Amino acid sequence: MWDYTDKVMDHYKNPRNVGEIENPSAIGEAGSLVCGDALKLYLKVDEKGVITDAKFQTFGCGSAVASSSVLTEMIKGMTIEEASKITNQQIADALGGLPPQKMHCSVMGHEALESAIANYKGEDAALHCDEKIICQCYHVTENVIREAIEQNNLTDLEDVMNYTKAGGACGQCHVAIQKIIDELKNKKEKVDIKNMSVTQLVLKINNVIEKYISNELRKDGGDIELIDVKDNKVYVSLKGMCKSCKFSSNTLKNFVEASLKEHISPDIEVVEV
Amino acid sequence: MPGNNTHKVVYLDNNATTMVDPKVFEAMKPYFCELYGNPSSMHYFGGQVHKAVDKAREQVKDFLGATDAKEIIFTASGSEGDNMAIRGVLEANKSKKHIITTKIEHPAVLNVYKYLEKQGYEVTYLDVDSQGNLDLNQLNNSITNDTALVSIMYANNETGVILPVEKAAKIVKQKNPKIKFHVDAVQAAGKIPIDVKNTDIDLLTIAGHKIHAPKGIGALYVKTGTLLPAFVIGGHQERGKRAGTENVPYIVGLGLACEIAKNSLNYEMTEVKRLRDKLEQGILERVYNAKVNGSTSNRVPNTTNIGFQYIEGELILLHLSDLGICASSGSACTSGSLEPSHVLKSMGVPFESLHGSIRFSLSRFTTEEEIDYVLDVLPDVIKKLNHISPYQRELKELEQKHK
Repeated sequence: MWDYTDKVMDHYKNPRNVGEIENPSAIGEAGSLVCGDALKLYLKVDEKGVITDAKFQTFGCGSAVASSSVLTEMIKGMTIEEASKITNQQIADALGGLPPQKMHCSVMGHEALESAIANYKGEDAALHCDEKIICQCYHVTENVIREAIEQNNLTDLEDVMNYTKAGGACGQCHVAIQKIIDELKNKKEKVDIKNMSVTQLVLKINNVIEKYISNELRKDGGDIELIDVKDNKVYVSLKGMCKSCKFSSNTLKNFVEASLKEHISPDIEVVEV
Repeated sequence: MPGNNTHKVVYLDNNATTMVDPKVFEAMKPYFCELYGNPSSMHYFGGQVHKAVDKAREQVKDFLGATDAKEIIFTASGSEGDNMAIRGVLEANKSKKHIITTKIEHPAVLNVYKYLEKQGYEVTYLDVDSQGNLDLNQLNNSITNDTALVSIMYANNETGVILPVEKAAKIVKQKNPKIKFHVDAVQAAGKIPIDVKNTDIDLLTIAGHKIHAPKGIGALYVKTGTLLPAFVIGGHQERGKRAGTENVPYIVGLGLACEIAKNSLNYEMTEVKRLRDKLEQGILERVYNAKVNGSTSNRVPNTTNIGFQYIEGELILLHLSDLGICASSGSACTSGSLEPSHVLKSMGVPFESLHGSIRFSLSRFTTEEEIDYVLDVLPDVIKKLNHISPYQRELKELEQKHK
């Protein structure tokens, strides 16, 4: 038995806005029969761009129906612009949360909404067909996986499975999914320091020092203190045993600087003061 | 139940587990606080418990048609019996590295093979056709000089389809009598007669909780002369093959459950079958997008697996559960895994049915009133869910055909 919230149960038992809209302004689709869940979303949009009516038809489990149902309630009365800002997390939140393994239902709701908005704007939804499919079993594209990782800060394979279903069947794409996770993780961590405010950069440097550097130095009776940051130059002072250690310049280059380069940016240069 | 659907439970998930027969429960009770002696003790107090264990072993022996009570080893579960048989046979015959099984085995067995594959074993998984039946020619052609073990389930847990294990065992032994033949009979026991005597079956697993004994007890039949190393090393219990002081109350329970099951076989194959058929026919008549999965002529009498086309299984189960009806589905969203039933997939069940397949499994405790209640309320549930489906055009076509 899933641990569904009362809200989820209410929505799958009494789904709102079920059915089709005659002459809809837009139709959005997500999922397929093969995947085990599919959603069709119909929108009626007035001349001011306000969604006046929304209906859905869903093939899927309790939380898929609940996600679709609550989504139609959320977007009614919104402008297309407002609706386009809705995330899958907001859909899940509106239901009081979903079990982790069911988060893909909220992702499907979000995908159908995106597809409907693209359809409304006259964008060719078929463009998505050219995308690289990562999970052949459930036809999950690379973009869907990337978006789910970025929007929900996913960090491991199981998360990606729960949110997108990708990799949930034969498992052949696990390596490919892990690659995307790693790539986005690296990208996220290695930001261009030129675009960072000084405060942001200092916080980040301090974080890396705390997490990866200090502990190691303390093991040898030493420590490190951040003195200043100017552009790409990080000024530090070595403390305790490190201060008098003859290998200190080695520690500075090969450990302190290397760690900061790895976790923040390859442009960083460490200077001892 | 009709008119009062919030309290009474209509339990149609007996392939998952069964109610402990109250008679079985009664028989077990004295062995907790009164007859609690150790069967291995020298004193009379333990000795009488030893007798109870012996009696239970006889009851299981008779139930399976074994020749000697020594051929029965008590286990803690079906999974344990399967593990003990499969891994034991391989350990006793280390030079052979090939195993044959089917694609539709229970995970208790399939996951053992996955593990063995990592250890360097080669496993052949036999196909099934759209009815869930096995091709014995494929079995015959798969046997090699390196084959150590063939393991085939007696009846499938999801569809109830019976596999020809006796014929299969014969084929295997004709080709090479040294190959061991194991049967996972967890879903067949108590539903169809099992008689290992005069068959070529070497090992056969049953689980108590599928035949109205409690969870946590099972048995493995090991034909005399079958070499099997100790699964649990320690004392002399279970002829040294599974050490540990006997789980006496549960063994007593399993023994009686086997005796009752043997005496109830006729009821299972007539009355339970009649109710199952009534349920199945009733659903097919009342619901236009319903289709039976698997052979209807070659099934255990208590099981039907029905695919409700273009709607999803978990949603059906949730709505049935709200009405007090317990059924199950091997489909994607219910088990926690995302993969649809490997059994139905192996049978090539089309996607429109695959995700909406529901298993109803009855027992000798199922009543006519319960079946009538299900037939009364289920069609409306399906109708409501059909309305939500995005496949309205396809459903319309099915409705036309049904008329």
